[in-house]
Amino acid sequence: MSTLEIKDLQVQVQTEDGPKEILKGVTLTINDGETHAIMGPNGSGKSTLAYSIAGHPRYEVTGGTVTLDGEDVLTMSVDERARAGLFLAMQYPVEVPGVSVSNFLRTAKTAIDGEAPKLRTWVKDVTGALDRMNLDGTFSQRSVNEGFSGGEKKRHEIAQLDLLDPKVAILDETDSGLDIDALKVVSEGVNRFRERDGKGVLLITHYTRILRYIKPDHVHVFVAGKVAESGGPELAEELEANGYERFLTAAV
Amino acid sequence: MTALQDVMAEAVEMGHEKRIESHLNPPASYDLADHPVPTGREEVWRFTPIKRLRGILDGEASAAALTRETNLPEGVTLSEITADEAVALGELGPNERPAALAAANAGSALLLDVPAEAVVAEPIVIRLTGESVDDLVWGRLLYRIGAHAEVTIVLVHTGSVRYSAISTFLVGDGAKVNVLSLQDWADDAVHLGRDAIRVGRDAFVKHTSISFGGDLVRMHANVEYAGPGGEAELLGLYFADEGQHLEHRLFADHNAPKTKSHVVYKGALQGQGAHTVWIGNVLIRKVAEGIETYEENRNLVLTDGCQADSVPNLEIETGEIEGAGHASATARFDDEQLFYLRSRGISEKEAQRLVVHGFFNDLIRKVGIPSIEDQLLETVEAELAKNVLKELA
Repeated sequence: MSTLEIKDLQVQVQTEDGPKEILKGVTLTINDGETHAIMGPNGSGKSTLAYSIAGHPRYEVTGGTVTLDGEDVLTMSVDERARAGLFLAMQYPVEVPGVSVSNFLRTAKTAIDGEAPKLRTWVKDVTGALDRMNLDGTFSQRSVNEGFSGGEKKRHEIAQLDLLDPKVAILDETDSGLDIDALKVVSEGVNRFRERDGKGVLLITHYTRILRYIKPDHVHVFVAGKVAESGGPELAEELEANGYERFLTAAV
Repeated sequence: MTALQDVMAEAVEMGHEKRIESHLNPPASYDLADHPVPTGREEVWRFTPIKRLRGILDGEASAAALTRETNLPEGVTLSEITADEAVALGELGPNERPAALAAANAGSALLLDVPAEAVVAEPIVIRLTGESVDDLVWGRLLYRIGAHAEVTIVLVHTGSVRYSAISTFLVGDGAKVNVLSLQDWADDAVHLGRDAIRVGRDAFVKHTSISFGGDLVRMHANVEYAGPGGEAELLGLYFADEGQHLEHRLFADHNAPKTKSHVVYKGALQGQGAHTVWIGNVLIRKVAEGIETYEENRNLVLTDGCQADSVPNLEIETGEIEGAGHASATARFDDEQLFYLRSRGISEKEAQRLVVHGFFNDLIRKVGIPSIEDQLLETVEAELAKNVLKELA
């Protein structure tokens, strides 16, 4: 079972002109096994939502609650959130020079599970996860995200999703900057994760393209720091046909 | 890039004045009168705590020597030569007082000779060990590597001493040379070292300077070129603990066309009074068209009370080059790196440990001497254990 419940979440960031409110009361529940897509124009606060849930220090929560299976997420540190079962696939994964993918994955897996993975099965698991993302054997010896192409970074994020096996995955614009072949590989990876029992997915995207490969149960339109409208997959189709204009006009 | 382009444009304009000598490095001279005793206010001395040199600059004569252990592969010879012979062989003269004093006081010089076309598989390791900081040792070394030879030379400095040395690497055309100088001194040692390299036509030289130990270490790595096509990679790694002063000064003199220099120095500091200095000077002379140079210095500040000085200087007399750039960064842990690792469940302490190890691994794997790389990783581990890992545990 896994339920991520976001209630009236308000978040601000510090700017040169003082604090600026980005999220203005976001309410959203991802029930057991559901995939939700959040779609919205640039600057609507989609990424802020993702990073706030993951606990990035830049974002200051000023109101509301976030719980995972009833546990208060907002009082947890960044790594505690991950160990509780949250995973954020980042839009811009960070380079860590000198730390190999292999060392990174093993350290993360050990931290999540609370014990080191069994060597024999682990090597096979890593090779399998990378292979399914079309990343070859030399990949695990490279430094984390250093010199990776845009597509390699995203595929590496999804390989981590596969191996770390969280309860709820937040995918922040994982589709941006991918060519169609990479998009398919990434989507297949996400779909394999969804097939596992009770996994929740929050898919944040600017484009409808990825929704041809990953079918959401619910679609939310995000405008000006709030959910402007929620619906089923048909809402994505409307956005594909008409764009965000209707919602932007309404928000003004 | 914009800032750099501005710097370059400015430098190119200044080039019209037709300077002959670089302001970055004084001309070489064996005459001590040309190298007055520094007061500490001079540009080239302002970062160095002169008092802690323990009188080396007084230039007292001394017959003390370091204990030397060497493995010499077949064909490679080590011999004693006279001062005159050293100069006649083409020794690169001293640009500052400690090197001039070393040349004046060392008496004879040591010559390591690698014949032309010799391909030496195993590294030549020279271990130099000091007995006591009461000893003052003057060193004068020449390394002559013949054309198209391939060789790795490792110098390991340990023990305690006050040591000032002038070293010259004469690298023949087309040779491939990998030099590592490891300063793994005891806590009270003082070491002033000048390594100067003349890179032959189409030759490749990698020079790595690694400083862990010593109370005060001040190393020069200078490069110049005997002809076009030469390439130099200058690497460095240092780890300053409480009270240590570790200084590395680089000078890449692009005095020939189509030459390359690539500099990467990385350092970490921990503990009260840990001080590191990195000066990266690059001169692109008018004749040096089509050259490429890049220099980079990164410092990781692990605790309060440390100081890292980092000064890249680029002096350009021709704009007809392939590329010139530099980067310098001194910082504590990168928040974004820590966030990324922690968002995968890795604790803050473990994330910091990964980042520090990564910071050094990144450079150590460039050294290209497998037998030494493992030892370096262990030394880094031991340095971290002294302070940071203890705190992080």
